[in-house]
Amino acid sequence: MHTLIQNLIAWGVFGKNPPRDLVAAIVVFVMSLIVFLVVALPFGGIVTWVERRVWARIQSRVGPNRVGPQGFLQWLADGIKIICKEDIIPDEADSRLFKLAPYLVMLAFILPWAVMPFSSSLILADLNVGILYMTAVTALTVVGVLMAGWASNNKWSLIGGVRSAAQIVSYEIPAGLSIFPVVLMTGTLSMQGIIRGQGWAPQHWFLFANPFTFVAANILYMSSLAEANRTPFDLPEAESELVAGFATEYSGWRYACFSMAEWGNLFIVGAIITTLFLGGWQFPHVTNNVVAMNVLEVITFTVKVLFLVFVSMWIRATLPRVRIDQLTTACWKYFVPISFVNMIGTAVWVAIWPDGNVAIGYIMFAGAIVFGAVFIQRVIYYLRRSRMEVYLNPTI
Amino acid sequence: MLAQVIFYALAALTVGSAALVAFSRNIVYSTFALLGAFMGAVGIYILLAADFVAMVQLLVYVGGILVLTIFAVMLTAGIGDVKVSNRAVGTGPAIIVAGVAAIVMLYAVMRTQWHQAAVFTPAPTTYAIGNAFLGDYVLPFEVASLVLLAALIGAIVISRHEVRE
Repeated sequence: MHTLIQNLIAWGVFGKNPPRDLVAAIVVFVMSLIVFLVVALPFGGIVTWVERRVWARIQSRVGPNRVGPQGFLQWLADGIKIICKEDIIPDEADSRLFKLAPYLVMLAFILPWAVMPFSSSLILADLNVGILYMTAVTALTVVGVLMAGWASNNKWSLIGGVRSAAQIVSYEIPAGLSIFPVVLMTGTLSMQGIIRGQGWAPQHWFLFANPFTFVAANILYMSSLAEANRTPFDLPEAESELVAGFATEYSGWRYACFSMAEWGNLFIVGAIITTLFLGGWQFPHVTNNVVAMNVLEVITFTVKVLFLVFVSMWIRATLPRVRIDQLTTACWKYFVPISFVNMIGTAVWVAIWPDGNVAIGYIMFAGAIVFGAVFIQRVIYYLRRSRMEVYLNPTI
Repeated sequence: MLAQVIFYALAALTVGSAALVAFSRNIVYSTFALLGAFMGAVGIYILLAADFVAMVQLLVYVGGILVLTIFAVMLTAGIGDVKVSNRAVGTGPAIIVAGVAAIVMLYAVMRTQWHQAAVFTPAPTTYAIGNAFLGDYVLPFEVASLVLLAALIGAIVISRHEVRE
């Protein structure tokens, strides 16, 4: 952000010798608005359409394809419809907390965008404690969810809220512990600092830095899905048991707040993994043009995040929901001990090879390529045995 | 000037929420009002440029302790009844205890020589805190973690009581 402001001043966008503080304040304010209105909110909407399409294709259906090209404007139609709906507050509900809860959930969705590292200069605030801030403010969701669950005065809502609290509090521990291997290797908590510790090539990513970080990345991804209440961990809103969990009594705009935050959180989950393990915005230095480099970096970052978002949709379409005992067993008996092993293993690794071991990076990356090739080969094998015209035409 | 305005706003948030915690007729309102008190404390830490402490306050108190408190309150029966949920020993003893505490605190505040830093530049604190924890203060740090470990084992022993019998 500082470099961006300095560049803007140097190019004379604000005239000669502008007051530096005022320019910085205006740039930060405008950038916050742009990030929120142009990136965060539309993402929460568009991703619902993408998910419905992806999910439909995985289940051999067509999905929404009527509003706009390929149904792309479906999210706008849904949004307009949901805003026009009646805003119902049940008589028996606690109306003050009932009204406050969606905004707390929305707040927890908005706050992480402040440290979202889109490129080397596009970040609203490169906090010294960035990744800690990210995990701390996303945990605010649970307060809103619990408030909604209690204020609705509905047994399903309350059970959904309490399940969500238990789940988020438990899964915060493996998620937090999985961040520490990366912090041990970089020695910083800043988002940009962590990304600068990695290279653009996959063998320099922290995902392949050593076997422990590879496991930590997977545990962090699964724990983040559990914290975002995604399938297979969507017990707080299990449709077959709890109607819609904590959101059962909500309608209209308040319900839209919940669903937008829920889908928007997918981007934040993807951004945390991308920053910590997938090299963030790192792109080979192909041009000296600052603007062109930043555009390339934004594209790199977004593509990586959207890939992870796609994987979470894929998981949602293919895996069944876990039981509550399986959920807690997975967290406390497996994820937490494995996270401790990761942390100690990485500490020993850093003590032996303080500058990292690039050979291991190459070996692990090669292994990942072999695994991916085998996977694609199996997919092609099954596609050949199935109805090609349905599966291979993504734009029905 | 601006810093003072922000400080008084944050202090009002903290104290107001704390008053709501103490005086609310409904224990669920009290619990949710804790959120305001914790957030006010986070704001004051940020104002004092204690970035790491602020984030840990948010992570531990809001993300952990507040959620566990709400969780416990929601599993309690009769939460609307103040006589059950906010039981008090009576007005007389409360006034005596609160009065003594107020006098002691006022005395401490008046007697302390407050140092005011001439020039204040916010600087990252994480490195310094980490070095202090694992350098000069490693013994108290480890003793504190031993206490926490004992508490963890105690919790497991208590909760698994029926299995042993």
